[in-house]
Amino acid sequence: MGDVQHFAGPPDWLWYILAYFFLAGLSGGSYVLATLLRLRGAPGDEPMARIGYYIAFPPMVLAPILLALDLGQPLRFWHMLWNTTPGHPGVNFKYWSPMSIGSWALIVFGAVTTVSFAASLVRDGKLRLPLVTWLDNRPFNVFGSLFGLFIAGYTGVLLSVSNQPVWSDTWALGGLFLASGLAGSAALMLLLTRFRPEARPSAGMLSVSERLYALLELALIAVFALTLIAAGTQGQVFGLPWLVLWLVVLAGLIPGLYGLATERLSPNGAAALRHSLAVPLLVLAGVLALRAAVIFSIQV
Amino acid sequence: MPHITPGQAYGFFTDTSVCIGCKACEVACKQWNQLEGNAPSFLDGFDNTGRLDAENWRHVQFHDDVPDETLSEGNGKAWLLMSDVCKHCKQASCMEVCPTNAIIRTEFDSVFIQPDVCNGCRNCIAACPYDVIGASHTTGIAQKCTLCYDRLQNDMTPACAKACPTESIKFGPVEELRRTAVERLQTLHAQGVTQASLYGHDEKVYGGLNAFFLLMDKPEKYGLPDERNAVLPSRNNAGGYLTAAVTAVLGVLGGLIALRRRREKVSSEDG
Repeated sequence: MGDVQHFAGPPDWLWYILAYFFLAGLSGGSYVLATLLRLRGAPGDEPMARIGYYIAFPPMVLAPILLALDLGQPLRFWHMLWNTTPGHPGVNFKYWSPMSIGSWALIVFGAVTTVSFAASLVRDGKLRLPLVTWLDNRPFNVFGSLFGLFIAGYTGVLLSVSNQPVWSDTWALGGLFLASGLAGSAALMLLLTRFRPEARPSAGMLSVSERLYALLELALIAVFALTLIAAGTQGQVFGLPWLVLWLVVLAGLIPGLYGLATERLSPNGAAALRHSLAVPLLVLAGVLALRAAVIFSIQV
Repeated sequence: MPHITPGQAYGFFTDTSVCIGCKACEVACKQWNQLEGNAPSFLDGFDNTGRLDAENWRHVQFHDDVPDETLSEGNGKAWLLMSDVCKHCKQASCMEVCPTNAIIRTEFDSVFIQPDVCNGCRNCIAACPYDVIGASHTTGIAQKCTLCYDRLQNDMTPACAKACPTESIKFGPVEELRRTAVERLQTLHAQGVTQASLYGHDEKVYGGLNAFFLLMDKPEKYGLPDERNAVLPSRNNAGGYLTAAVTAVLGVLGGLIALRRRREKVSSEDG
């Protein structure tokens, strides 16, 4: 069987899309980790849970702006949701088009993160709006987490549902972006504990989860590479100059993998991630580099 | 030609064996559709158009197929020429992924991008396996061949087919064109031109192409995926979502494991 043939042209999804993919991964991942912490029900984990809900909200404010700016006709962003074909008005929803599902999921998750963000402010005594704390209960957080998982991962599926080289040659991108988003979210939450010392008791949990997500991401990178080798397109994404970005991706995995090798699943090793500024930033650089390598390598 | 009737499938049969590379189709297309075109590209051969995009809805491809050393006189090897265009696929990848439903099938069974509905997301560009669609720098929306929708509505043959001096581009009802194509292929084969083949005339490629071709070499030589590679974007939905779902489960499990380790630590510290 020969290599897969590709003749499709690039869609020029560049910087805005890279920023959106990065933010979507962090927002979705942070919401999920925050909910896991809250579900445990220990008061000591609540401060870290709130860090997660605080992180999840701003990207969902920026995301629609970035996506609209990327459109050729930004003021027609609402055409994603409403069919303006003359004589055929109605809701646009195509379950087989990830971009269509993603548009709706962004609205739902945007609303969810807004409520949880506001509820965190209320619980921290920064805002008086009792209604949001009533709304922001555990079933609501679980519901939001399902959308968080979707938002963090569907961007990879969106790329695969195309006829582009590399993107359409693999089924691993959705999982890969999700794993990377979760790892980056854990690192970002740990990074922000320096501004909220009462969240430190939960640092161990996040440190252990970051190690596991780094392992998961590494496994999915291997699957990604294998699927591309089968298609004969591996050279396009792993060749120079993109190899440099992959080195950053691997560097971002090192803290987690090293932690797993030395500390295994012990929560004692959280100090490195919590006290260091460089280590969480390295993990986040890896999250960004992964998306940049995948997005740019076939379009530039 | 009889009147152009809504409700009937119309298309092009482009016979590359008689294309002379004059580019009259490109000129006529640009003139009728008021396309400005791009700055000329100085490429190999006589191609200064480059590719199909928002400003080029017909593109004459020039492929140098002349052997480096002449083997014998008149061995049939020469330039491969093809006037490329949107294929108006029965199963169109662009229509499949378009989130705004801006891409519709017209009453002539052609694939049409509604300019006032498209918002320029460019998902169709990522999906089109033939690299037909481009984003306009002036309007911001996706543009491609419309099969001269406005001309069809006024009972007029598309501009490119009207201008083609060798009738390499034939326009008409698709069923009629298919019969013409089969007859032409039989004639060529009878003349010993065995490399000639039809592409997109049957359902093997995207359910059938309303703009199909007679080729003088393998499809990939002209930038056309063969039958095995002519696949729809939606094929990757199941695998992509399944992998993401498995990762999501593993991700939640990883979080729960991490929580459990922390609880054990807290318990041991309490004890």
